[in-house]
Amino acid sequence: MNTHKVDAIIVGAGGAGLMAALYASKGGATVAVVSKLYPTRSHTGAAQGGIGAALGNKIGDDPNPDKPIYHAYDTVKGSDYLADQNAAKVLAEEAVDAVLELEHMGLPFDRTLEGKISQRRFGGHTQNFGEKLVYRACHAADRTGHMILQTLYQQCIKAGVRFYDEYHVVDVLINNGTCVGVVAIDLNSGEFHTFHGKATLFASGGWGRCWQVTSNAHSMTGDGAAAVFRRGIPMQDMEFFQFHPTGIFKLGILITEGVRGEGGILVNRHGERFMEKYAPHVKDLASRDVVSRAIYNEVKAGNGIQGRDYVYLDIRPETVNRYFAEAGESKRIDREYVEKKLPDILDFCRTYLGVDPVVEPMPVQPTAHYAMGGIPTNVNAEVVIDANWTVMPGMYAAGETACVSVHGANRLGTNSLVDLVVFGRRGGKNIAEFVKSAHFTDLPADADKEIKAEFERIRACKGKTRAYTLRDRMQKLMNDNVGVYRTAETMQAAVEGLRELRETFIKDLHVDDRGKRFNTDVMEAWELENLLDLAEVTAVSALNRRESRGAHSREDFPKRDDANLLVHTLAYREAPSLYGVAAPEYKLNMDKKVDLSLAADDPRFAPKERVY
Amino acid sequence: MVDVTLRIRRYNPEDTQNRKPYWQEFSLKDCHPSDRVLDMLHRVKWEQDGTLALRRSCAHGVCGSDAMRINGRNMLACKALIRDLFSPVPDSVKIQVEPILGLPVLKDLIVDMEPFFAHYREVMPYFINDDPLPANGRERFQTQEDRERFDDTTKCILCACCTTACPSFWANGQYVGPAAIVQAHRFIFDSRDKATAERLAILAEPNGVWRCRTIFNCTPACPREIEVTRAIGEVKLAIQRGTTEGIIKVTEIKEVVSNS
Repeated sequence: MNTHKVDAIIVGAGGAGLMAALYASKGGATVAVVSKLYPTRSHTGAAQGGIGAALGNKIGDDPNPDKPIYHAYDTVKGSDYLADQNAAKVLAEEAVDAVLELEHMGLPFDRTLEGKISQRRFGGHTQNFGEKLVYRACHAADRTGHMILQTLYQQCIKAGVRFYDEYHVVDVLINNGTCVGVVAIDLNSGEFHTFHGKATLFASGGWGRCWQVTSNAHSMTGDGAAAVFRRGIPMQDMEFFQFHPTGIFKLGILITEGVRGEGGILVNRHGERFMEKYAPHVKDLASRDVVSRAIYNEVKAGNGIQGRDYVYLDIRPETVNRYFAEAGESKRIDREYVEKKLPDILDFCRTYLGVDPVVEPMPVQPTAHYAMGGIPTNVNAEVVIDANWTVMPGMYAAGETACVSVHGANRLGTNSLVDLVVFGRRGGKNIAEFVKSAHFTDLPADADKEIKAEFERIRACKGKTRAYTLRDRMQKLMNDNVGVYRTAETMQAAVEGLRELRETFIKDLHVDDRGKRFNTDVMEAWELENLLDLAEVTAVSALNRRESRGAHSREDFPKRDDANLLVHTLAYREAPSLYGVAAPEYKLNMDKKVDLSLAADDPRFAPKERVY
Repeated sequence: MVDVTLRIRRYNPEDTQNRKPYWQEFSLKDCHPSDRVLDMLHRVKWEQDGTLALRRSCAHGVCGSDAMRINGRNMLACKALIRDLFSPVPDSVKIQVEPILGLPVLKDLIVDMEPFFAHYREVMPYFINDDPLPANGRERFQTQEDRERFDDTTKCILCACCTTACPSFWANGQYVGPAAIVQAHRFIFDSRDKATAERLAILAEPNGVWRCRTIFNCTPACPREIEVTRAIGEVKLAIQRGTTEGIIKVTEIKEVVSNS
C-alpha cells in the first residue's frame, strides 16, 4: 500500500484549498495538497467579476463610503435570511483584510486614478443598509478568479507546499469518530494511495454538473462532498443551488454580473428593461435568484427573444450611456472602456456565438452556477455533524463544498471568492494550531478495501448503457425538475427518475477502458456516481422544504415560512452499503436554527420581506 | 451540418497490440460549424470509444487543460471551432488531433506536464517584496500606467500552447520556454516587485531567453492572445540594459522616436 503520512491533507487546489495549504504550511504543518487537476486548472480560475470587500475606495467623483457591517447586511438579505449571521459578520469583516493580503501577495488588481484597488458595483451590494448601490467588488478586469488562483498557487510554490497533482480523492477515512485521511487514485498510474493525516480539509468544489445548462467545468462533480456524505457526514441546505441569471444561451458559459455592474441591462423581445418591474430600486443589480426568476417569468409570458427561452444582455455603450443619463449619473463609457474592463466576456461571445457585445446584445439564460449548501462547518472551517454543532475531529471544509453558512438560500455575487479566502485562511490557521497538539489516529483496517472493490466493479462493467447516456439523462431531469422553479410533482419526478438512473448505473453500466493509466472512462463513471448521489439528496432536501426562500422557489409554496423554517436542512444518508445502493434512505433533520445574533442587537438584521 | 472525420494520434503503453503510437480515424455525422474540437472528442469518447484519453475541464478557454495540436497548430480544443478551422465550412471536413510536441506522451492526447511546470518554477514565479507594508495595512499603490505595463502577461493560463509550439524548445528541452518567460515578465515589469535582478540573472543563463530565435510560433499559438514574442523581447532588452526602465511598448515607439 502506498501510504503518505503528513500533518495536514488538503483535498482540492482551488482558492480555498490553496489558501488553507498556505496558512497550514506557514503555521508549521507538513501539508499535502491532493487534487485531481493541476492547481491552475481549478474552477476558481473561471470566476470573473470581483471579490467583495468594504474598502470604500473612492471611485471617480464618488466618495463611496463603505463598511463591513453594510456588506454583512447585504449578505444576510441576499441569503433570504438563511445565512448564519455570526458567519456573515466574519465574512464581511475579514474580507477587507483578506483582499488587502491578496494585494500584498502581488495580485494585480485594477487601479483607481489614485492607485488604489479599483472596485465596481455588483448585484445586491449596497451602502447604508440598502440605501444605494456601492462600489465593492475589487477586480482584475473580468478575470479576478484567475488572478486569485494564480497568486495563491505562486505563493504556495514560494512556501514549498507539496502538491500531489492529478491524484483523485475517492474516499475519506474515519476511525473512532475521527477523520484520519483519504484514499486517492494517482491518475497516471492508476494506483491507490492512502494519505494519513491529523487533519483533512475538503476544498473540493461544487457539483454544477448535475444540471444540463451550467457555468461549471466538466470537473465540478462534487467528489469530496459525495465521499464524506457516504461516510455519514450530513449535507446541509442542499436544496439551495444558485442559477446565475446570465449564462450564454445553450452553452451556459458565465457572463459576469460585472457586465451589469458596469451598466449593462437586461431586455426582453420588446426591448423593455424588464428588471424595472421586478426590482424597481436596484433593477438589473438585484440578487441573482430575483433576476433568474424574472427571466424565467418573462420567458413564460412569451417575452423571450423570438418567443424562446432567453433574453438579451446589453452592454453597448450607447445603451448604457442612455440609462446613465436617465438616472442622472455623470459616468459615460465607450468601446475602449468595455474592451478594457470585460475582455474575457467579449472573447467568449465572439468565439462561441460570433456575437460582438460592443455592437449587439448577448443572448443569455439562467445557468446552474453555485452550491450554497454542502458540508456543514462552523466559522473555524471545522466540519460539524449535527444540529448541536458537534465537531468531527480532524475534518475541515472550506469554499464551495462547505456550508458555513454565509450564503444561506442565495449567494451574493463576489461572495464566493470572499468565502474561499476568508474561510480557507481560517481553516489553514486552525489546522496549523490543531496539528501541534493532536496525535495521529490509526488508519482503519483495510483502509482502501471498499473503494478498491467499487473501482474494480466499475472497471469490469459490461452492460449496455454508457455513463454519458446516464449523465445526460440526469442533467436533463435536474434542469427540468429541480431548476429555477419547483413543485412537489417535479421534485418527486426527479427523485424517481434519479432512482431509475441509479439502478441502471448498478445493473447495466458499460465501460470500454479496462486499463489503469489515465482511465478517464472509469473516472467519468465514478464522477457520475458522485453526481447521482448529490442530485438525489438535492431533490430530497428540496421536496422536504415547503416554502420558497432564495434560490428554492416552489410554485406550490410561494411564501417564505419564517415561523417554521428559519432552519438549516441536515440530510443524512442511511444505506446498507457505501456504493451502488439501489435506494438509500434519507434522514432529514430540521432542528438546526439559523444564527440571528446580529438581529439580536440591530433590528435591521431581523428577517423581513426582501425588496430590491 | 458537417460530417467530420477526426484523425486522432493514439498511444497507450498498456496496449499490447500497438506498441507504437498510431493514427485512428473516427466519423462523426451532423456536426455544427460552431462545434468545438472538444465537443467532437467528447462524442468520440462518449459514443464510440471510451478508452480515448484527454484532459479537459472548463471547456471555455480559461483553465488551460486541453492544449492540443489541431491540424498542425497548437490550440485549446475548447476554443477551436469548426468554423474557425475552415472558412467557408464545407459539407465534410477532416480534422487531425495529436498531443502537443516536446513533452513525453503518457496516453493518447495526455502529455507529461512536469517538465513544463519545472521550467515555470525555475523563474521564481511569485511576487517578491520584503519592504515593510504600508503602515495603515492598506494596499500598495500602483498607478494605472504601471498596472497596464504588465497586463498582457497576467493573462497566462499555463496551457503550454506557446512552449510546445517553439522549435527551440523542441530542439532543446532544457530551454525554459516562452511560458516561463511570460510568467517572469509578469513580475519583472510589475512596479511593486523587487526581484527583477534575480529573475533577469536566471533568464540571462544559456537556457534562458537567448535560446529564443524570435521565430514567432508562440504568439499565434497563445489562446489568450498574449503577445508572447514581444514579452520575450522586452525581457531580452531588460537583460542587455540591466534595467526595465525606459523599455517602451511597441505602440509607443512612433511617438517616442518622432519626439526625439
